[in-house]
Amino acid sequence: MSIEVSALERFAPGRRKPLLSKVSLDVPDSAFVALVGPSGAGKTTLLRAIAGLDPYQGGTVSLDGQVMKDVSARAGQVGFVFQNYALFPHMTAARNIAFGLDILPAARRPTRERINERVRELLELMQIPDLGGAYPARLSGGQRQRVALARALATGPRVLLLDEPFGALDPIVRRSIRSWLRDLHDRLGLTTILVTHDQEEALDVADRIVVMQDGQIVQDASPVALDRSPATEFVMEFLGEAVSFPGDVRSGRMVPHDPLVQPFAVPETVVDGSAVAMIRPYEIQLVPAQPGQEALLKAAPRGARNGYRHYVLNSAGHSIPFFLPQDGVDHALEGAALDVSRARLFRDGLACL
Amino acid sequence: MKQFFLALLRSNRALPGYRLSLITTLLWAGLLIVLPLSTLLVRPWQDGVAAMLTALRDGRMFAALWTSFSCAATAAACNLPFGLMLAWALVRGQLPGRHVANALIDLPLALPTAVSGITLATLYSPNGWLGAPLSRLGILVSYNRLGIVVALMFVGLPFMVRAIEPVLRDLPHELEEAAQLLGAKPWQVFTRVIVAPLLPALVTGFGLAFARGIGEYGSVIFIAGNQPFRSEIAPLLIVVRLQEFDYAGATAIALILLVASLLVLLLVGMMRKRLALWSERA
Repeated sequence: MSIEVSALERFAPGRRKPLLSKVSLDVPDSAFVALVGPSGAGKTTLLRAIAGLDPYQGGTVSLDGQVMKDVSARAGQVGFVFQNYALFPHMTAARNIAFGLDILPAARRPTRERINERVRELLELMQIPDLGGAYPARLSGGQRQRVALARALATGPRVLLLDEPFGALDPIVRRSIRSWLRDLHDRLGLTTILVTHDQEEALDVADRIVVMQDGQIVQDASPVALDRSPATEFVMEFLGEAVSFPGDVRSGRMVPHDPLVQPFAVPETVVDGSAVAMIRPYEIQLVPAQPGQEALLKAAPRGARNGYRHYVLNSAGHSIPFFLPQDGVDHALEGAALDVSRARLFRDGLACL
Repeated sequence: MKQFFLALLRSNRALPGYRLSLITTLLWAGLLIVLPLSTLLVRPWQDGVAAMLTALRDGRMFAALWTSFSCAATAAACNLPFGLMLAWALVRGQLPGRHVANALIDLPLALPTAVSGITLATLYSPNGWLGAPLSRLGILVSYNRLGIVVALMFVGLPFMVRAIEPVLRDLPHELEEAAQLLGAKPWQVFTRVIVAPLLPALVTGFGLAFARGIGEYGSVIFIAGNQPFRSEIAPLLIVVRLQEFDYAGATAIALILLVASLLVLLLVGMMRKRLALWSERA
């Protein structure tokens, strides 16, 4: 089921700054989209608006081309998993899952046996077949989350909205449930929107990332495109550790202010003027000193992680981290200059293309 | 029991001052609670079993007990919806002046009961501000059982609100949203997602308000009219019997009141526990 959000606007009562300012978003059928951004960026606000849980002052939300008015219009079509799971505490896991079916008017409600069978199916799907009789107070965080997901899926919605669903889980459970969720999405043919503040999680699970800041969408792209050409300095920094080198673009070459950083060629479309080169630590190269040249840069090792050896070097008063593929040697490195030719260029916070 | 006393005698406890504090607590509870209550159990039989049996065959006493229990139950039951609404408004409503309302709710607890009794009697008397229009409609509040119920509702409301409020505050607002998104109609949200998890709290509130209603004296006697067999409450009858120097009669009523209240509170406690099975953690 496709989701179209157009020019959505929401104001907090008594404040002039909008929570959402003219947000438009197109999510095609069976896409997995992650909404990321710092806290207060409006991710959850947008998700709740899509679900119809909060009123909005302008714009529309449509599902499969149909404009949705209020929550009741979306009831049963949209599965929502809350950050605190919002399980009904006085019902067993099975009754929680069955809730959406139990409350249907008698004419449309499946028989008791059908409902119980559906609950069994969902418990099976969530890999918690024995927990149907347990009350939420007795379940662990991961189990509660699976029950909440099963409850959201019981009525067979085509859209799944997840608000920071992994927030309260420990890292190991988090990682396993993440890939399992992606698998579930593919198997059930859902259209999923996931809100998270963890960019790594988003890159891992979603096929499209929507970065939000101050109630606006800053960039909406695939993980690869986002990494290759971030639209703003903020996106570049938000997606991972980044080092910036201010400098000037002069006749097709970027000349960093730091003399130990080598100038590099930039596309001809970039006009002259000051700019900032931003680069990931693993893209920085240390240029070895030529014979007779003095090695001015000394990099100290800082251990190894994820196949990269981490180094820190000091240049012009600030420290620059950089990573090299792990090669088994753990000693200080020396070099004459830094090669940052793989950096992206930004001017006034925006990418220069 | 044996182990308990052994523990009392042993001194190698991790908790410093464990024995001292345990003895103090037991002594305190014994003097203030157990001693008076056990006196109440023993005293009725001191004038002989025959006197007690005669006292127990008193129609007026049973009428008074019935008035007390039925009015207290009715008042507590009426307080259920009002208490729930008030607690709801306090927790979820962003109403202006809710802090003042919050303070006002506890006022019946602080007010001398005689003051609230006289106030209610004045308001509801046939020529009072509320009594006059009501009596024109044919509803007589004061000087009959309805008056007793009104007075008991007044004193019982804080117990109901204070029992519900914290539990309601702990229920996340998202429960209602989740139910709505799953397709629940507003009344289904109310009954299945709000009232159902509040049931233990509602039972507790009912039990507290009911227990208070049985023992209430000051606020009731001014509005009740106190006609024997009709609107006479058991606590008042105890005072009447004492003034007649009929100690056997007075203690007989007290004994029944004590046992009945204890049974009701036990029942409420058991019901609460049953209803709150789900809240037990692993």
